[in-house]
Amino acid sequence: MTPIFLTHYTLSSALGHGKQATLAVLRQDWSGLRANDFADAPLDTFIGRVDGVEDIALPQALERFDCRNNRLAQLALQQDGFTSAVAMAREKYGAMRIAVILGTSTSGIQATEHAYHRRDPASGALPADFDFAATQGMNSVAEFVRRHLGLSGPAFVISTACSSSAKVFASAARFMQTGLCDAAVVGGVDSLCAMTLYGFNALQLVSAEPCRPCDQARKGISIGEGAGFFLLEKEAGPLALLGYGESSDAYHMSTPHPEGLGAALAMEKALAVACLQPGEIDYINMHGTASRSNDSAEDQGMRRVFGNATPCSSTKGATGHTLGAAGAVEAAIACLCLENGLIPGTCNTRALDPELGSAIQLQAVSRPLRHVMSNSFGFGGNNCSLIFGVTS
Amino acid sequence: MIDVHVASIGLCGPGMANWVDGRAVLRGEAPFDGTLPKPAAAILPPAERRRCGQSTRYALQVAQEAMTRAAFPPTQVAVVFASSDADGENLHHILESLAQPGHEVSPTRFHNSVHNAAAGYWNIATGARTPANSLSALDASFSAGLLEAAVQAVAENIPVLLAAFDLPFPPPLDAVRAVAAPFAAALLLTPQATTTSMARLRVSLGTEQPDTTMNCAALEALRSANPAARALPLLQAIAQEQRQRLSLNCGANSLTIEIERARK
Repeated sequence: MTPIFLTHYTLSSALGHGKQATLAVLRQDWSGLRANDFADAPLDTFIGRVDGVEDIALPQALERFDCRNNRLAQLALQQDGFTSAVAMAREKYGAMRIAVILGTSTSGIQATEHAYHRRDPASGALPADFDFAATQGMNSVAEFVRRHLGLSGPAFVISTACSSSAKVFASAARFMQTGLCDAAVVGGVDSLCAMTLYGFNALQLVSAEPCRPCDQARKGISIGEGAGFFLLEKEAGPLALLGYGESSDAYHMSTPHPEGLGAALAMEKALAVACLQPGEIDYINMHGTASRSNDSAEDQGMRRVFGNATPCSSTKGATGHTLGAAGAVEAAIACLCLENGLIPGTCNTRALDPELGSAIQLQAVSRPLRHVMSNSFGFGGNNCSLIFGVTS
Repeated sequence: MIDVHVASIGLCGPGMANWVDGRAVLRGEAPFDGTLPKPAAAILPPAERRRCGQSTRYALQVAQEAMTRAAFPPTQVAVVFASSDADGENLHHILESLAQPGHEVSPTRFHNSVHNAAAGYWNIATGARTPANSLSALDASFSAGLLEAAVQAVAENIPVLLAAFDLPFPPPLDAVRAVAAPFAAALLLTPQATTTSMARLRVSLGTEQPDTTMNCAALEALRSANPAARALPLLQAIAQEQRQRLSLNCGANSLTIEIERARK
């Protein structure tokens, strides 16, 4: 593919607000997970919560979009000069020529959860002040961000569970390639809510301790929240999207293909699109959720494509699993790694599962990187692998 | 501006149980009686058919119908599912459970709650490991899906199956998000014309225009009250086999779609 350049980006997660805070923590192999203090779902677990989301106030004109997910979106947009970078792009290309394509899995569902606690006892009706479309409506975050940034290009949400905000890069690249827009704001936002905590708990996938990706004693995931945003342009910059690969497992709704066939297919396609050989990938940021089945399937998929020498790690022990935002959060981590020559460790993990054969890094290592792959796999067997590179 | 070709269509909505019935209604050759269909979604294995929600059955019914008329297997086709909010009934049950003291969420309901449930069931039913997308743009979900599918067909040079579906919410959500009747439509798009192509679509994106509406009042009521039914003017133009140009809202702007009958 013709490279698409990432001219500006930002992320916010349990590791902190913005790039510098995130990088500082990643270098130290620290975890942002904390004992669950999310009042909506007091389960015995650890969570990756973003500080300060509750204190965000949306602009008055966009008040109807107020919900945890859009507050988190706004918090992230305010970091690293992202909003002003988009304003400059708007001047350059025109508001209509910039698309907004974002990923989320649960949108602003917390608003509806709260509304269900306030139903009229007699009629069952939801409270009059509840605005479904602007909060939980699945495209709410795309519409909110489009308006917040003053854009008027095509705007929609991709919602394919935990691959959502990886796939936005593929869509935006195609929109730019076919001339439907000159630039795109892509990214992902997912926020803590009762449904995902209780839902993953019902599947017995939530760990009672901070998650330990690829550990022989891993006991499940730690749910997190986060947001990442990118400005994509055709004009050359130091960071580029070089390839993407999308595939499906065609196996099971909530369990990955046991041999990682769908995952391998996504990685192979991304390499083919980027015109790169497996040996040219310097680091793979794994999906690495710390569920037994995911880590095993991903390991087999990586070995099928890369053999066992390519350094890889999961940063979910640091951020938690940010679900529909994981693609964007980890794409931003991949970019931080490229810019700063860092292979992050797999934090919280003590003893690697001996059944996993990939070169899983436990501690952060400083090393120049040219090409980084980021993997994202979701329910429904939905897979996406991205390849980013430095162009200088 | 992008050109794609419609290879086949699937349809399931009130008074239109499939494309053959729907085509007759849209051509004015049969009356629109509004009878609700019962989508069989026969492509699903029995266990999956029991587990999935009604919205997935509608989505898979039209996807399957479109593929039955196609000249290539689902394993060669990428899919784009477009829906404002996917499975509202499943969502309601989860929200009710969460509001109870036990907060017990059924595992099946939880995995059905993902917006891409229909895409996941489609891949399981067909064995297709091809890319599968699931997107939402509220009332513009069909046009966003059409744009995504057309762009993907052209950029990746592969057939792309677009399936749009929206169903009414149960109470109390129906009072805060009104969808009038269940409706689903699928279009199989190819980057080049094939011997079985029905129409060519020339799609461009421009400033917001008033939507093209339906002349029949009952069909217009359906179009305006179900995001997936925003496909009706396009389906009617294809059914009528006439050169037409229509406007379809796409959020802050509009798609202009020029429809030209395929040359036989």
